[in-house]
Amino acid sequence: MSRYITRLRMKRTYKWNGRPVGEDRKLKRQYYESMSISVEGKTQDATVSLGQYILIEGDDDDNPFVAQLLKLYTDDSGKKKTAVLQWFVRMCEVPHNKRKLLGRDPHPQEIFFYQDRSCDNEVDGETILGAVQIEYVPVEDPFPVGKSRDILFVKLLWDTKSFKALDPELMQPPQSPKSPPPSTRRPQIRALPTPDLSVMKRATSGILSRGSMSTGKMSSSEAESLHSASKLSAAKALSAKRRSRAVSGPHVRKKLDLCSPSKNMSRDDVLGEILDERAQKTLTSKLNTSPTGRISISIRLSPLNCNEESVSPLSSHSPDKPRMTAQDKDDSTSVFLGVQPIGDDDPEPLISTGRTPRKREATPRKAGLRGLKARTPSRRKDSAALREPALAALAEEEHEDSPVQTAATSRSKRKSAQLVSSRIKKQLNLLGNKIDLQSDGEDGDDDDCFVPAKIDLQSSSDEEEEAKIDSEDELIVKKRRGSGTSRSAEKTRVSARTPRKTPSKKTAPATPRTPRHATPSIPSRTVPARKPGNVLEEARARLHVSSVPESLPCREQEFQDIYNFVESKVIDGTGGCMYISGVPGTGKTATVHEVIRSLQQSAEQDEIPHFRFIEINGMKMTDPHQAYVQILQKLTDQKATPDHAAALLEKRFSAPAPKKETVVLLVDELDLLWTRKQNVMYNLFDWPTRRNARLVVLTIANTMDLPERIMINRVASRLGLTRMSFQPYTFKQLQQIITSRLNRVKAFEEDALQLVSRKVAALSGDARRCLDICRRATEICEHSGSQKNSSGLVGMSHVMEALDEMFSSSYIASIRCASVQEQLFLRAVIAEFRRLGLEEATFQQVFVQHQALCRVEGLQPVNVSEGLSVCQRLGSCRLLLLEGSRLDLFLRIRLNVSQDDVLYALKAD
Amino acid sequence: MSKRRSAALTEAQRVSLAQTLLRERLCHQKLPDRPVGLDSQYKHLLELLRRTAVHGESNSVLIVGPRGSGKTMLLGCVLRELMSLKEVQKNVLLVELNGLLQTDDKIALKEITRQLHLENVVGDKVFGSFAENLAFLLEALKKGDKSSSRPVLFVLDEFDLFAHHKNQTLLYNLLDVSQSAQTPVAVLGLTCRLDVLELLEKRVKSRFSHRQIHLFSSISFAQYVDVVRAQLSLPPDFPDPKFSEEWNHSVTKLCEEKSVEEILKRHFNASKDFRSLHSLLFLAVSRVSVSRSTLCEADLLEASRLISADSKANVLHGLSILELCLIIAMKHLNDTYDGEPFNFQMVHNEFKKFIQRKSHSIHKFEKPVVMKAFEHLLQLELVRPVDSGVCKVQREYQLMRLMLEHGQVMEALQRYPQCPTDVKQWALSAFG
Repeated sequence: MSRYITRLRMKRTYKWNGRPVGEDRKLKRQYYESMSISVEGKTQDATVSLGQYILIEGDDDDNPFVAQLLKLYTDDSGKKKTAVLQWFVRMCEVPHNKRKLLGRDPHPQEIFFYQDRSCDNEVDGETILGAVQIEYVPVEDPFPVGKSRDILFVKLLWDTKSFKALDPELMQPPQSPKSPPPSTRRPQIRALPTPDLSVMKRATSGILSRGSMSTGKMSSSEAESLHSASKLSAAKALSAKRRSRAVSGPHVRKKLDLCSPSKNMSRDDVLGEILDERAQKTLTSKLNTSPTGRISISIRLSPLNCNEESVSPLSSHSPDKPRMTAQDKDDSTSVFLGVQPIGDDDPEPLISTGRTPRKREATPRKAGLRGLKARTPSRRKDSAALREPALAALAEEEHEDSPVQTAATSRSKRKSAQLVSSRIKKQLNLLGNKIDLQSDGEDGDDDDCFVPAKIDLQSSSDEEEEAKIDSEDELIVKKRRGSGTSRSAEKTRVSARTPRKTPSKKTAPATPRTPRHATPSIPSRTVPARKPGNVLEEARARLHVSSVPESLPCREQEFQDIYNFVESKVIDGTGGCMYISGVPGTGKTATVHEVIRSLQQSAEQDEIPHFRFIEINGMKMTDPHQAYVQILQKLTDQKATPDHAAALLEKRFSAPAPKKETVVLLVDELDLLWTRKQNVMYNLFDWPTRRNARLVVLTIANTMDLPERIMINRVASRLGLTRMSFQPYTFKQLQQIITSRLNRVKAFEEDALQLVSRKVAALSGDARRCLDICRRATEICEHSGSQKNSSGLVGMSHVMEALDEMFSSSYIASIRCASVQEQLFLRAVIAEFRRLGLEEATFQQVFVQHQALCRVEGLQPVNVSEGLSVCQRLGSCRLLLLEGSRLDLFLRIRLNVSQDDVLYALKAD
Repeated sequence: MSKRRSAALTEAQRVSLAQTLLRERLCHQKLPDRPVGLDSQYKHLLELLRRTAVHGESNSVLIVGPRGSGKTMLLGCVLRELMSLKEVQKNVLLVELNGLLQTDDKIALKEITRQLHLENVVGDKVFGSFAENLAFLLEALKKGDKSSSRPVLFVLDEFDLFAHHKNQTLLYNLLDVSQSAQTPVAVLGLTCRLDVLELLEKRVKSRFSHRQIHLFSSISFAQYVDVVRAQLSLPPDFPDPKFSEEWNHSVTKLCEEKSVEEILKRHFNASKDFRSLHSLLFLAVSRVSVSRSTLCEADLLEASRLISADSKANVLHGLSILELCLIIAMKHLNDTYDGEPFNFQMVHNEFKKFIQRKSHSIHKFEKPVVMKAFEHLLQLELVRPVDSGVCKVQREYQLMRLMLEHGQVMEALQRYPQCPTDVKQWALSAFG
């Protein structure tokens, strides 16, 4: 679903069609009925008019927003075009947590009628990309199969809370006042021959290429369907070669791959001109608003027209001409024959099948090849089904036009043909360059069209494929002469190549080359985890930092501030930044999560609009620029390189396209996103200031003055002054936190709690530390509980022990437990320091002292090697700080503990 | 059958069997049944890991102790006991990392992924970029929850080295997991650095639970001797009971001997850790042979001599008289100038003075010969240039330092075979 014109590639201009149909003087608005969109370089304009289903440019090129056009107006200046819409949503736009409400897997083409009062239904008219087909499917019915990927289905209504059955009334294709009722037109259309659009295009391109190609086309729909992709690429190559207008050269082609706009446009130009010659009046707007069913029918009319008017003059170039033309017709006939049974029941499926090949071939705009690759097999089946009747028809009718449909077709109805051709012209515009792409594809390998490619379709010629890779041009020549089989090979090659060539494509789900979204997980255990058994275990479980408390006590004020900030931004639909600082373990992240939780709750109850919450953590990425990648991935599930992700996000947050929800972004450990140019921080704080961004950024770091210290002015300025600082917890707060966590589980004596909280508050005010100490105290209590009487509660003594374990320095204990020589060495170090009056000595100096001390102590003096190993042992514990042992006797020694501590430890011995 | 076989055991077989058994024990190839003197630590750690394994409670702990104090051995014993619990078997995943091997987070992440057998999930994709790898692993850990996923034990040997990784990303993430409701993990750090907590960044530190298990052996000498006896004794299930009885008896007697006690005391004073003791006993056990089938005093003495030998003593023994004279000259220079560096010219002058004054046994050497001897000393690194790399100065005048202690020189002279007396006297005299 990605073949829509992207903003990056094309410049579109928008024009009103006709005169205003109404005016609102009060609001100074002028209403229009339709608007034409012309794409740079094309003479044909696409037109959208009221009631039509249209695509609106969104943040995702592959999935533009879908809507129905209700009103078009301009303000008095006439500059700004505004469109009033009825939105539809795709499944991917429905919040993740609500998707399961659907109760089944969504159809890939399924969209939902969107009903949300709060959603802005006015958009800038210049974000309209073009028209799209939407089909209503009653709730009970299954989704039609075998239809074009471009048709979207509506079954249900999504009102932000639940999926409901959609009242068909809402989906009535709005009748354009001027459009005649379908019944009046159908006979007219059916009276015409029904060749394929592609045939017509081929014909026109045949003219273009001045005989370099013949107009004959694939003799069977199957071949056509199978080789659509190959045609595309081959055509690309050909047209690139042939036309100097388009930038030629293989590398260019490579770059543009299958959807190079320039080529499309040039092709379209020519096509447009040709069509213009014959096109008379415009039935345009009517046609456009007409039910989609007519589109393909009208398209089918054209080839005859073309064949008669433009192809025949060329027949001298190609002796096979007449036969080919016949085949063309037969081809189209066959398509019809195959489809007809459905078509009779309901015009829609007929049309869609008729259109399908074209559409599909036209797909590779951005990620089209993925589609091709995925879809071709199914098509093959389709066309296989079609083949039999097609052949039958061929046998029966020879050069005659197929009397396929309801009405017999007359070849010579010039007038109607002309009429129709003008319609086609319109239709072509409507379809944008989807069709011209296809036409490119078809004229590319027109030579092989005689070969009944279906015979050996499956045999893919590998050498040819390789040859193609080696020298593209050569192969093009070869291909033009070659057999049809090469096309299948070519196709596989194209589809295989595309992912590599267009890395910007964000079609991860559909390129099943590697399962990117594989779900890694730790295997689950065989025996379930045991539940806490007694009071102490229960208390320990509750005191674990990971257990989420029911509420966060002592942060009410901060909670309220953040809540108000985010809530107001979400309600207003604006953006903003907030900076939260505080030492570790003061509940910053927990508070923000709490805020988001309650906001999400109220969003669920529809008190505030919905929003997305995204969290990144500077510590959980390897490089600051990975922030972009992570944000993008969490936002849209796309994978991209940091640079590309930054570009996409930039686009998303600055595009004026309608957004349906605010994004709340939590950036934890902000200081790690620091880069030399600070562009990551800059972007993070710049996006919320964009008018359409609807981004709320909450940043968390430890230092209060981070903005002043590390940020350059323009970054700090964008961060703004909304700051909040989390003070370390006081002992009362810590006490309250523990009490609230324990929640009436009586495991601690009051005094014990107070001791812990006072101690921690005095040291750091880190709640994690406090909880850890309490947990350790319960363990100690549990172990000693068996021997001692006591109440089974954690008492002062236990807490003291835990505090000792965690806070007391281990240096003294380690000196006490050191061996005699190690202790002597430490003494020697101190003695030498005293002698020198410095805090540093070389090993040699200390060693002399050491030996002297040994003699004093009555021990056998150690030799240098032993002394050095003693020294190294002390160094590895970091009781001493040493230089590299390479220096041997001259390595310098310093104490890592205070001399007093050493003396204290040694004296107590 | 067994009787016949035991009878059939020759003396040589018995000795080699005993040696193999003891060597295995002394080379840490086998975990002891229970760590010596670490009972409380053992209990604490076992309880902690059991809670992770059984209750799914995340924990982090540091095991701190000097080198050779038995950190890895303790952990090994605990894990052995833990895995023998039925409830725990196959419910725990173990990831072992070593700071010396996983020198940065990228390698460490790959190793974790490998050890968790997660690389199969996405083929080779997981070993893509560092960032992907991290995200992948975090996602995997995040997926789990307390009650249903298997607990993962992360053992980080040389924990302090992980703290030197960039941003301490790995530590932060592991400890963060241990402090949040994700897959239960136990992060076990093993380190010998007492100041390891100061290496952690403040937010990493805050996430660490501050549990430290210190392994400071406070055993007395009597216990030490007991350990020696236990380590040398043959187990009761030794194939030849007579031999083992004899052996054990001799070991008991050996430990009571005065000289042996002295050796052991000396070792005990030097270091209390068992690893150095093991290397001593290993050398002693290796000396047992068929001809002397019991461990005797001499074996231990020799082993002790080998272990506590000065590393430079042997080098000095191999020097020529001229080189020795140069070293004595340097020693005198050191004495005169109080350790200030000297150059070759000064040494040569000193040496010439000695020759002129009282040398009878040593004939005069040409200066180039002396220079050659000096360069040999330089090669042996008994002498080292003060500023290595500065070669602007002529070789004769480059400043040098003697890398020998006074005592080492004197001892070498004492032991030097057939050292001329005048050289000895010169060395002993206060002034050159």
